[in-house]
Amino acid sequence: MFEGYWASVAIFAGINCLMGVSLYIPLSAGLISLGQGGFMAIGAYLSAVLTKAGVPFAAALAAGGLAGAAAGFLVGLPALRIRGIFVMILTLGFGAIVRVFFSNYEPTGGASGLGGIPPLTELWQVAAANLLAVIAVYRIRRVRLGRALIAVDQDDTAAEAMGINLTRTKLLAFSLGAMIAGVAGGFYAHQALFIDAEQFDFSRSALAFLYVILGGAANPFGPFFGAIAVTLLPEVLRFVQEWRMTVFGLLLVALAIWRPSGLLPGLQLWRR
Amino acid sequence: MTPILVIEHISRRFGGYLALEDVCCEIVPGSVHALIGPNGAGKTTLLNIISGTLRPDSGRLLFAGMPYAGRRADQILAMGIARNFQQTRLFGGLSIIENVMIGAHSRMYERPFASALEFFGLGHSEQSARTEALKTIQFVGLSAKLAARPDQLTLSDQRRLEVARALASKPRLLLLDEPAAGMNPTELAELSKLIERIKSSGVTLLLVEHHMRLIMAVSDRITVLSAGKVIADGPPASIQRDPQVIAAYLGQSDEPALHPQH
Amino acid sequence: MLAQQLANGVMLGSTYALVAIGYTLIFGVLRLLHLAHGEVFMVGAFAGLQVVLLWHLGPVAALIGGLAGAAVVGMAIELLAFRPIRKRGNSHLAPIVSTIGIGLVLQELATKFFGAEQTAFPSDLQSRTYHIAFLTVTGAQVFIVATAGVSMIALQQFVTRTRYGMAMRATSESIVVASALGINVDRVCLVTFGVASALAGIAGVLVGLNFNAISPFMGFDMGVKAMAVIVIGGLGSIYGAMVGGLILGIAEVFSVAYLQSSLRDAFAFGLMILVLVIRPRGLFRTGMGR
Repeated sequence: MFEGYWASVAIFAGINCLMGVSLYIPLSAGLISLGQGGFMAIGAYLSAVLTKAGVPFAAALAAGGLAGAAAGFLVGLPALRIRGIFVMILTLGFGAIVRVFFSNYEPTGGASGLGGIPPLTELWQVAAANLLAVIAVYRIRRVRLGRALIAVDQDDTAAEAMGINLTRTKLLAFSLGAMIAGVAGGFYAHQALFIDAEQFDFSRSALAFLYVILGGAANPFGPFFGAIAVTLLPEVLRFVQEWRMTVFGLLLVALAIWRPSGLLPGLQLWRR
Repeated sequence: MTPILVIEHISRRFGGYLALEDVCCEIVPGSVHALIGPNGAGKTTLLNIISGTLRPDSGRLLFAGMPYAGRRADQILAMGIARNFQQTRLFGGLSIIENVMIGAHSRMYERPFASALEFFGLGHSEQSARTEALKTIQFVGLSAKLAARPDQLTLSDQRRLEVARALASKPRLLLLDEPAAGMNPTELAELSKLIERIKSSGVTLLLVEHHMRLIMAVSDRITVLSAGKVIADGPPASIQRDPQVIAAYLGQSDEPALHPQH
Repeated sequence: MLAQQLANGVMLGSTYALVAIGYTLIFGVLRLLHLAHGEVFMVGAFAGLQVVLLWHLGPVAALIGGLAGAAVVGMAIELLAFRPIRKRGNSHLAPIVSTIGIGLVLQELATKFFGAEQTAFPSDLQSRTYHIAFLTVTGAQVFIVATAGVSMIALQQFVTRTRYGMAMRATSESIVVASALGINVDRVCLVTFGVASALAGIAGVLVGLNFNAISPFMGFDMGVKAMAVIVIGGLGSIYGAMVGGLILGIAEVFSVAYLQSSLRDAFAFGLMILVLVIRPRGLFRTGMGR
């Protein structure tokens, strides 16, 4: 049943789930990132270059993830001192810069893109990564970091007064999210087999938003639900295929107006 | 005995407005020290400076003999100074017990790799933090309300939760900003007892308050601020009789406790 | 030729300034970062194009078409995509999400109706050249600077002298107080969107006239650049948007002339990040008319 076409759909759904989670983590600390596409691009290009040079897939994926994390750290540094809306602008600018960079960087193909990527992505790998991601978001909520993220989101002055190191928490949130986006990028590159800068543009980051908002920003299963729903929607509704972005855009507006907290119940998941 | 907190010539202005001018004060360890004064005197500003939420423009702050002005709020918490807020700032997205556990944030995970262990459910830190939090909740008298969400608590209980959260960090000095605000007589009596319990546990208290009866009842020493300056500093009895203090409060409060007994 | 480059930079910067002013107006009054504002700019360009193609009219008519088309779309956006959110007021994330959605919708609709390729914007302004002092400018460049200048002056007068302008400034200070003073906040928001979008529409037509080609994707880049401009100039400051726009335009022109041309776009983003790191508040304090 999971052969061929549907396997491909499932793989892309899994990749989108990872992108949703990559946004979910910084978002739960109140860091609104519109640049997840940029981290994905870094992971995609780096892992593709490595596997084309003979590096094993797992190592290339890991490298893409680490590069994403490093980029997340660098982007997070200036984000520490600025208010929420500026973080949004900063990440948007970051995503744009990454796109311009890869459009012009000849060693990875420049505007013509990078082709001939070995088809190494398989469904079980993406599924395993998603399983890890589910466990991660579930466990994070139950340890110190999860509480710290929520506290920083709600009131960072009070959080700092209670001993939370804002710098460390925010950088960790940024880096973790970016790392996951980098790994997602690696999976994507070895499934799409050809990548160019335009595939990682703002709509990629905007879609990550859609996944999280659709599921619910307060529910750790939200990004998974949202990503699967959005990936499957064009498969189910023919006309959506041709008007994907319009439908998704209208969906975002409708959600923003009527269900900003998402479709899933706000599972607070706190313990008594 | 070394004062636990020394405030030396602290000044702070906001634009053209001089909020604090050359404020000096010493706090004796294990005591209950009150900071009173008319509205706008600079009490909360001083508290913010002590807790690190604000930086002073000039002056020194010494905690247990060590200068610390300029440190971040979370570093100051780790040092041993905890606080509540005048307007409660609880974390609505966390449960009551989690709010208290946040207070212990900086003291958890002492051992290396503790984060990783905890993530895989293999460590003890989470469990013991939980147990400690329950004890603290019991200490402030909120055990009965555990099942509620923070926003479902009464204002008075919310303020108690904030105190519990601050206590969870095992501070040596606890700053309380108007803990009695909006309390009825029953709640005030409970607060009084809570302050005594905190004092007995060895924690030094610095209280900003308006409620004179409470202040006179619990304080060992009182510092009076007016228009950013210290106008009196001493035991409750002498503060009551101080003419400058009375003048500063004239028309500000009809608290009979302030006036000398006839 | 330094002066020539400067002139080119001023011209480019004027278009950036026009879009940025609208951006900053909406932020100032509604505290909203209108991420789809760049797409409104694009809509204005295409609206102006339709006027030229359908009725074979000149640049001034195209301007009016672009201005009107963008204003109508902008006000529709306010009514349908933001007012409901403002009324519910329960999520700080919702307005941003809505702008992202609108942007996606506008871009795809334009792609479907006009094709994804660049469309020619016919105009003969480019062919006319004038010699002013030691500069050689095309008719298009003169038209752009003149139009931009007139628009900015008109806006400044509107904001500082008219009742609506004062209502906008009051609302930007505090919505609560403004409505307590009897200001119809709903109408102020609508007018703000209308004015901002009109300016963006004008800029769209001007860009079309200058480059003789427009595409559905021109909105996003302009949107990000205009965002860079308002960050540089200070969120909410109209003068900041004007000055920031000129700075960016001149910087870009110089970077093309003296550095690599392919990095031109990255210049705006780099400059923006630099400002965010060094002085997030921007050049000017926020404040309409200041």
